[in-house]
Amino acid sequence: MPEIVLNSSRNARRAGTIALQVALVAVVGGLAYAAVVNAAQNLAAAHVASGFGFWNNTAGFDISQTLIAYSSSTSTFGRAFWVGLLNTLLVAGIGIVLATVLGFVIGIGRLSRNWLVARLAGGYVEMIRNVPLLLQLLFWYNAVLKSLPELHGSVALPGGGLLNNRGLFLPRPEFESGFGYVVIAFLFGVAATIGLRLYARWRQDRTGEPARIVWFGLGLIVILPLVVYALSGAPLHFSFPDMGRFNVMGGVEILPEFAALVVALTVYTAAFIAEVVRAGVLAVPQGQTEAAQALGLRSPTMLRLVIVPQAMRVIVPPLTSQYLNLIKNSSLAVAIGYPDLVEVFTGSVLNITGQAVEVVAVTMAVYLTISLATSLLMNLYGYATDVRER
Amino acid sequence: MAPMAEAAYLRTAPAERLPPPADRGGATGWLRANLFSSLGNTALTLICLSFIAWAVPTLLRFFVFDAVWSATDRGACLASPVNPEPGACWAFVRVWSSYFVYGFYPLGQRWRVDLFFLALAFGVAWLAWLAAPRRDIGAVYFFVVLPVLSYVLLCGAPLIGLAGVPTTLWGGILVTIVVATVGIVVSLPIGIVLALGRRSDIPVVKLFAVTFIEFVRGVPLITILFMASVMLPLFVPERFAPDKLMRALIGVAMIASAYMAEVVRGGLAAIPRGQYEAAQALGLPYWRMMALVILPQALRVTLPNIVNTFIALFKDTSLVFVVGIFDFLRTIEAARVDPHWATPVTSVTGYAFAASFYFICCYGMSRYARGVETRLARAHRR
Repeated sequence: MPEIVLNSSRNARRAGTIALQVALVAVVGGLAYAAVVNAAQNLAAAHVASGFGFWNNTAGFDISQTLIAYSSSTSTFGRAFWVGLLNTLLVAGIGIVLATVLGFVIGIGRLSRNWLVARLAGGYVEMIRNVPLLLQLLFWYNAVLKSLPELHGSVALPGGGLLNNRGLFLPRPEFESGFGYVVIAFLFGVAATIGLRLYARWRQDRTGEPARIVWFGLGLIVILPLVVYALSGAPLHFSFPDMGRFNVMGGVEILPEFAALVVALTVYTAAFIAEVVRAGVLAVPQGQTEAAQALGLRSPTMLRLVIVPQAMRVIVPPLTSQYLNLIKNSSLAVAIGYPDLVEVFTGSVLNITGQAVEVVAVTMAVYLTISLATSLLMNLYGYATDVRER
Repeated sequence: MAPMAEAAYLRTAPAERLPPPADRGGATGWLRANLFSSLGNTALTLICLSFIAWAVPTLLRFFVFDAVWSATDRGACLASPVNPEPGACWAFVRVWSSYFVYGFYPLGQRWRVDLFFLALAFGVAWLAWLAAPRRDIGAVYFFVVLPVLSYVLLCGAPLIGLAGVPTTLWGGILVTIVVATVGIVVSLPIGIVLALGRRSDIPVVKLFAVTFIEFVRGVPLITILFMASVMLPLFVPERFAPDKLMRALIGVAMIASAYMAEVVRGGLAAIPRGQYEAAQALGLPYWRMMALVILPQALRVTLPNIVNTFIALFKDTSLVFVVGIFDFLRTIEAARVDPHWATPVTSVTGYAFAASFYFICCYGMSRYARGVETRLARAHRR
């Protein structure tokens, strides 16, 4: 008897579950349908086209920083998309490298035995983490970079650079025909060093004799290309920025928007990376250090072979999510007018075409792709480094 | 003579008493251990000291000693023979302060905003003080009474004689607090539902929850706000189109809910399976099991993370700036370029003021979270 009751209640629950799912699909589907119908009506009333036909139309607006050829009169919206995307990737790439370096320095600093260093690093983290990134970005852009001297009061930097409120102008390297040999020598040096290292490892495994190859490697990678450079007649010149009457001529121009964005993203993300690094190092048990010392490992070897690999296992996943945050936060570019994907697309393109749905969808799809691809890689990394416990 | 004393390696006299060890305690000992333990450490200490010796006087000079505290226009904040290198122009902040707090909220109605701040502070204190009496009533107050009360107070209700105030007049700290509060009040219940949905066995529920959470977390917050502000008006019939602030609030609520869902999920994952099984063995149906057994524990262990999410949300409210809402940061930006106060130090002063506001709020919340954490740790140790 009781079994029948149980079964019927289980059936009732299953029926309830199915009803819930059907209802949910109906509600969400209904809302989506209503939204689509309304959007179609509203867009038709505003005479806005739909679809991606605009992709191949001439864009007709200027972009202040373009890594690939782009001109407002001939390039298409599609081209503008790639320009924006590349600008986003450029700022994010540089930001990630700098934030990682600064973040590791500060994270290690927080763990320093030097009381003052630990306190200063801690103060940095608290200061930076508790102030919105947008505010910091505006500060760097409006209060620091925009208050630099005007063109004619430009600050001359050592090495021939110029700094004023229009940006940072650096000498541009001009490669001449012989420079290829230098590149070849450099690549050869790198390859030879890797080969040497493999050989040294192999020999140490067989004979137990460690080999010091650091100086060899340095010679191959640095000295060799320098020698080739001198032999091939110094085929590298710099074109220095010059102060023209109305603008700076020559050199590489770094926009103040770009510089502000890189500085703000670096400073902000470094504070979070520092916390990640600190947590990772603290996660390695003290016993590991003691065991390594008991084996007679010296401090650098111990760090390299015992502490860092274990800390990295803890550090890498949250570090990656900080990188993702940095990439997403680079969209704040829109607040200061750096032409990243969001500024170009949801700014200029949206204003010109009025096709909000398509433009926002494309922009979101790009970031979503980056995010999902990264979490996929992280899951793979997680499986690969998972300690198999017995 | 005993033979033992003849062995050369044996002492015949007691050893000299060793000098006392170098001072390991006290101030010098501490200094030696923490600042000057090695050559490298000493160098680091000296570098840090010289940095502090440069930074602290510079900052004090700029923000306190050379600062201009009261003036009627920019004149006093410009370089002059009396003050060749003027510091922060606090006079500018003082003159604009009521704009920074209320925006363009009508002068005669500002007591309503003050009352709202008070009502909010009361609710926050009730919930945040863990030993407060009847925190369940506090929760009802915060999540049900307060939203209604605030809406009536701020938007107005002609029925009871409160003039309507359109949201376009709102601004400053008022808007920042409203956006943050709406985010917090909405995100907790929706976040809990989403987290339960994500852990649910029902495929469609799980699919919807995962899609929403991963979508919102996968794109920049700005694009969500853009979506809310440009796409939302398209999705509803024209006469129901929400106003600008409402659209931003919807965007913020979506963001906050998705992030909150992940925090709550973390709390749910920390509850041992036995708790579910025990609740089921008592015959509790799903919702009562969650409401009476699982969620109270899950929310308690994850309270510090919830507060951290609030901190992130509070900072992210500044993003509504980008879609044209006059939040606190936007009012700073607007006032900063006022030609009446245009000086080389006005921007820095404005940003310093904004930064200290955000810092005090966020740092206060994070101290609170840490306090709760240690309290929880103590409770668990027993």
